[in-house]
Amino acid sequence: MTAPDNAMTGAASLVKALEKVGVDTVFGIPGGAILPAYDPMMDSSKIRHILVRHEQGAGHAAEGYASATGRVGVCMATSGPGATNLVTPLADAYMDSVPIVAITGQVPSKAIGTDAFQEADISGITQPITKHNFLVTDPADIPRAVKEAFHLAETGRPGPVLVDISKDALQSTTTFNWPKGIDMPGYKPTVKPHSRQIRDAARMIIEAKRPVLYIGGGVIRSRGASQLYQLAEMTGIPVVTTLMARGAFPDSHRLNLGMPGMHGTVPAVAALQMSDLLIAIGTRFDDRVTGKLDSFAPGAKVIHADIDPAEIGKNRRVDVPIVGDARLVMAELIDVLAAEHEAGRIGDYGAWWRTLEDLQERFPLGYDLPDDGTLSPQYVIERLGKISGPDSLFAAGVGQHQMWAAQFIDYENPGTWLNSGGLGTMGYAVPAAMGAKVGRPDATVWAIDGDGCFQMTNQELATCTINEIPIKVAIINNSSLGMVRQWQTLFYNERYSNTDLHSHSFPDFVKLADAYGCYGFNVDSPDQVDATIEKALSLNDAPVVIDFRVHRDAMVWPMVPAGTSNDEITVARDLAPAWDRME
Amino acid sequence: MNTTTLSVLVENKPGVLARIAGLFSRRGFNIESLAVGPTEDPDISRMTIVVSVASLPLEQVTKQLNKLVNVIKIVELDSSSSVQRELVFVKVRANATTRSDVLEIAQMFRARIVDVAPESLTIESTGTRDKLDALLEMLSAHGILELAQSGIVALGRGTRSITDSRPRSLSA
Repeated sequence: MTAPDNAMTGAASLVKALEKVGVDTVFGIPGGAILPAYDPMMDSSKIRHILVRHEQGAGHAAEGYASATGRVGVCMATSGPGATNLVTPLADAYMDSVPIVAITGQVPSKAIGTDAFQEADISGITQPITKHNFLVTDPADIPRAVKEAFHLAETGRPGPVLVDISKDALQSTTTFNWPKGIDMPGYKPTVKPHSRQIRDAARMIIEAKRPVLYIGGGVIRSRGASQLYQLAEMTGIPVVTTLMARGAFPDSHRLNLGMPGMHGTVPAVAALQMSDLLIAIGTRFDDRVTGKLDSFAPGAKVIHADIDPAEIGKNRRVDVPIVGDARLVMAELIDVLAAEHEAGRIGDYGAWWRTLEDLQERFPLGYDLPDDGTLSPQYVIERLGKISGPDSLFAAGVGQHQMWAAQFIDYENPGTWLNSGGLGTMGYAVPAAMGAKVGRPDATVWAIDGDGCFQMTNQELATCTINEIPIKVAIINNSSLGMVRQWQTLFYNERYSNTDLHSHSFPDFVKLADAYGCYGFNVDSPDQVDATIEKALSLNDAPVVIDFRVHRDAMVWPMVPAGTSNDEITVARDLAPAWDRME
Repeated sequence: MNTTTLSVLVENKPGVLARIAGLFSRRGFNIESLAVGPTEDPDISRMTIVVSVASLPLEQVTKQLNKLVNVIKIVELDSSSSVQRELVFVKVRANATTRSDVLEIAQMFRARIVDVAPESLTIESTGTRDKLDALLEMLSAHGILELAQSGIVALGRGTRSITDSRPRSLSA
């Protein structure tokens, strides 16, 4: 039975399987248990391995690669601490439905369970934060596990999958048998929506007076942006794009009300609150969007389309549930609505738009410049977006700079905005930008990072320099953990417990950039901003780091305080906008 | 208390029980009882899980269970359309003077004596939760020394099996 040329080690079988599923890039670090895999990988002409400096960097790079390209990102680590360092990016990818596969080495199968050196039960540890995981101890199982892992990661609701392989399985000889199909009796995601649900949804859309397209990251993951564009244009329904959906619909489009949620625009938040019909697509009614749940969109019926049936009805009662792929759902809605329009049945949202346009006029997004002439973080971010343009990619960390980057950069294309939405992982930006740049080498890729975030993962600048991955980093340096400080200002009587990072003094980010072989600049006055950004854009032979030393008291507005109703939105401290709230 | 019996077919693979137990604990669902064993197909195990839930979270329980890749099928079994039994072993204090009283209780419940010692009797009984509760209530006056219960196992009534297409299936 065994063809002799099929005989190889488990490690070679792993590399061959990765090649078979089309992997071109692996981010990782070798170590004892995974070492056998690194030997045949050295000879692979198809796989580029990028040696990172910390496994967390490998995980976020895989996420950045996946988010920028739509293909599965891959990271690799050894057993024990190597694997546990992947926990944060796996949890991050799970929350934001990012398709990645992590390959980890495990101690030899006979040593499993003995507290061996560098042993950690990584499949047990990651059970709640992966879509699925595998522990492989028989080399014959490696090809199937790899094939199933990639299938799971990229189909249905995408997510992270971990494949843990014992060292003896990598070392021993096996035969490579590539499974013909996929046989997982417990995994059959529904992608095609039910036609009766689509007809019900179309009818409600036509009858509604104040509908809103409440769009989530699922539209980007399903590559449904053009269907969304068509759906919005044909119906004239206002669109709100959540933090994860920035770029799914052009910000320049007249139907776009902006981002809803805790730091959303007043028109977007108010539109949801006043709506009589939410058309929620690829979104999960997250607490940062809904605010206090029982006062969220109190007068709205809900059409909820998602590929994950467990999201439907989880937080909000639904009138028309639609299980299916966001792109297919919208494509079918377009067909049914086109037929309705043909028959003269068409929604009338004229009065609704008059209300919304009034809100847009009265409450545009904006910010105040600091009185003392120091640098405004919002201004820096706005200029970054304008000068770099809508074809650039922006990866943000977590905190104030992330919210400003979501607010003040106009996103025109899906996949140009990368951030850690669900888990809120500080340190995401630099490695994610690195992964994105590897996946999209011709694009300009910015990491917009805070001074706190940047100090969590900036070691990957070495990886970027050495592997010629010229990302650009804009540190929005307010010398503090800015968002936490904002909450201390608002809710803790301005008692600033442990939020001062002193990063206007230490470290010297320009010297740090220099030490890593990057270009380093610092900017502390508004008149240097444009020139420095333009300079950064002209430099492509090494990474660039710009230390923008900004005013530390700037705050993110508007804001819905955590746990309160969206009706409590304020546009500045103690300033609530007026609109007709539902009783 | 509001309980529901779920019959869950899972792939017979290592770690599946941990996945299910972990899901219940992290989503805050309560397990009343859990019984696991192989089925007619050696690759498939059946878990009979009794959960205490209000109606809305039950939908979340089944939807989240269905997301586990190793879960093949979930059926909600109600007491009218299924047979549900549990096994108990109960060790009761019984000496020469009280033994006949304990034996009489056992007989009334058609329970069997599986072990006897000078100061105790061990009784085996199978039945519905109500019957077993009644038995234990009667025995408790004599002093229950030890109790082991299997958790409920259940099968749908009639010819149709859980693997036939779509009987009362919750797997949307």
